[in-house]
Amino acid sequence: MIEAPDLSLAGLSPLLFLFGAACVGVLIEAFAPRDTRHPAQVAVALVGTVGGFVSTLLLAGTREVTAAGALAVDGAGLFLQATIAGLGALSILLFAERGLDPARSSFVASAAVPAGSVRDRELLTSSRVQTEVYPLATFAIGGMMLFVAANDLLVMFVALEVLSLPLYLISGLARRRRLLSQEAALKYFLLGAFASGFFLYGLALVYGAVGSVRLSDIQEAVTDEGGGTLLVLGLALLLVGLMFKASVAPFHSWTPDVYQGAPTPVTAFMGACTKVAAFGAILRLLYVGFGTDEWTWRPLIYGIAIVSMVVGAVLGLTQTDLKRMLAYSSIAHAGFLLTGVIGFDATGDSPGLSATLFYLLAYGLTTLGAFAVLTMVRDGDGEATHLSQWAGLARRSPVLAAVMTLFLLALAGIPLTSGFTGKFAVFRAAIDDGAWPLAVVALLTSAIAAFFYLRVVVLMYFSEPAGSSAAGGSLEGPTVGVPGLPTTIVLAVTAAATLVLGVLPGSVLDLAGQAARFVG
Amino acid sequence: MTLSHYLVLAAILFTIGAVGVLVRRNAIVVFMCVELMLNSVNLTLVTFARATGTVDGQIMAFFVMVVAAAEVVVGLAIIMSIYRTRRSASVDDANLLKY
Repeated sequence: MIEAPDLSLAGLSPLLFLFGAACVGVLIEAFAPRDTRHPAQVAVALVGTVGGFVSTLLLAGTREVTAAGALAVDGAGLFLQATIAGLGALSILLFAERGLDPARSSFVASAAVPAGSVRDRELLTSSRVQTEVYPLATFAIGGMMLFVAANDLLVMFVALEVLSLPLYLISGLARRRRLLSQEAALKYFLLGAFASGFFLYGLALVYGAVGSVRLSDIQEAVTDEGGGTLLVLGLALLLVGLMFKASVAPFHSWTPDVYQGAPTPVTAFMGACTKVAAFGAILRLLYVGFGTDEWTWRPLIYGIAIVSMVVGAVLGLTQTDLKRMLAYSSIAHAGFLLTGVIGFDATGDSPGLSATLFYLLAYGLTTLGAFAVLTMVRDGDGEATHLSQWAGLARRSPVLAAVMTLFLLALAGIPLTSGFTGKFAVFRAAIDDGAWPLAVVALLTSAIAAFFYLRVVVLMYFSEPAGSSAAGGSLEGPTVGVPGLPTTIVLAVTAAATLVLGVLPGSVLDLAGQAARFVG
Repeated sequence: MTLSHYLVLAAILFTIGAVGVLVRRNAIVVFMCVELMLNSVNLTLVTFARATGTVDGQIMAFFVMVVAAAEVVVGLAIIMSIYRTRRSASVDDANLLKY
């Protein structure tokens, strides 16, 4: 007779919302007639993500370990889950935008039709959409929320795959430039599977050293015996797998290609949500599992943070494509986030944890907004992402240029934007912990990175528009699409949040401070 | 044959898989090398289950197999879709995305 494990359904409710919505989405795909699918899928996905968001808010203050110790419901986990569900709901809205593209969606009409074939050209202008993206995205969001709550390496691995596999697929479903999109999916898939192999080998080694993969058991073993060779090797391999997902250099090689090739709403989703989820898992693994062994991982994180900041900032300078530039920016920001991870204090409150939580929220909202702006600037062949096409955009559309400027200033970390508050918090956490050389490097690389953000601002405001007679007139200038309701909501929310978190960050910082607890 | 022989064998298989991913050019072969890595992990897990006297490792090996099967479905779908356009599964031909 096997006893059923204790399950706290209340604690699991955010996950149940997401996975329930995803399953309903699959059923709709199977049974609903084609022309009703798109509105139905959008509605189900929104109900799932918003329901998940609300239920995490209702759970605030809960601290328990459920599902036989496999899942932790705690402040930090719930904060991250709410962030992921909220950002996920906004991403679903971006996916649902049908007003911008003359072809009525960013997603391919039928992914099974080979790119460039006659049938593919026929379908380009049809209103058909591969509506499977919505259940896939909902599964990915559910996997991310499971990822940050996993109190067990095996659950963490399963969540890693549940979030990754749908992402591989939806990054290959762009309607335009399908070859690029498929290539991005192939690269993401092969490298992602490679990285999860490393994660898994790390899991096996930790299991060999400890005899269990539960984080609390790992912590006990580490405290009792110190880090043995097997355990340290296992931790390193686990970190390789997680850092790959978080696109931290030197495990970043997929990031620029996939960000550029994937449909822009998917890039926005990946840039915001995957980053939050991966850092949530890194924080939990290091703070809960290996918290008492911090001098083993601290130098490692220290070095990787520097590499990531430098690689992201310096290579970002050389980019001419906005999506690629934002990809390198995401690598640099991963380094800044690791600066916050360093601010760990085994004895009590970790200033680094609350700072990192806040930074993730602020960065996610800003990135989502920046990519939402990218979906609106278009030429005949889809989105106009080349830098030269953005010249003089402020004259064509002052509002769009102003919003983009806000996001870029926030990414650069200029005061009165959320980016400044976040950077200030993580750098202070690092300095409090004695890691001031790291903070100095972070400040220098912030300055380098500010250059390529501000270059776009200068280009939008002070250059001759592309396509005007003064600029040669050979290049047709891009048009700025009129966004439908979904994109407008996303832009309004993200822009407002970027401002509010910069001007009046107090209450959210307090919230992150209160949430910054893991159950052991 | 002690248990450590199995661990060494698994480590060798893992290394062969990892090197294969880096040097092979056909997407299918690269993918097979990834599967080799996952299976070497299975061998490690089962060996450690025997060594520590717990069954957790054997159960984990089942989880890994299921996940690997799901990965095959997704991976082959992506490789197929790119093959149908390009008539090639070489990762060197997929070179549109670069600086």
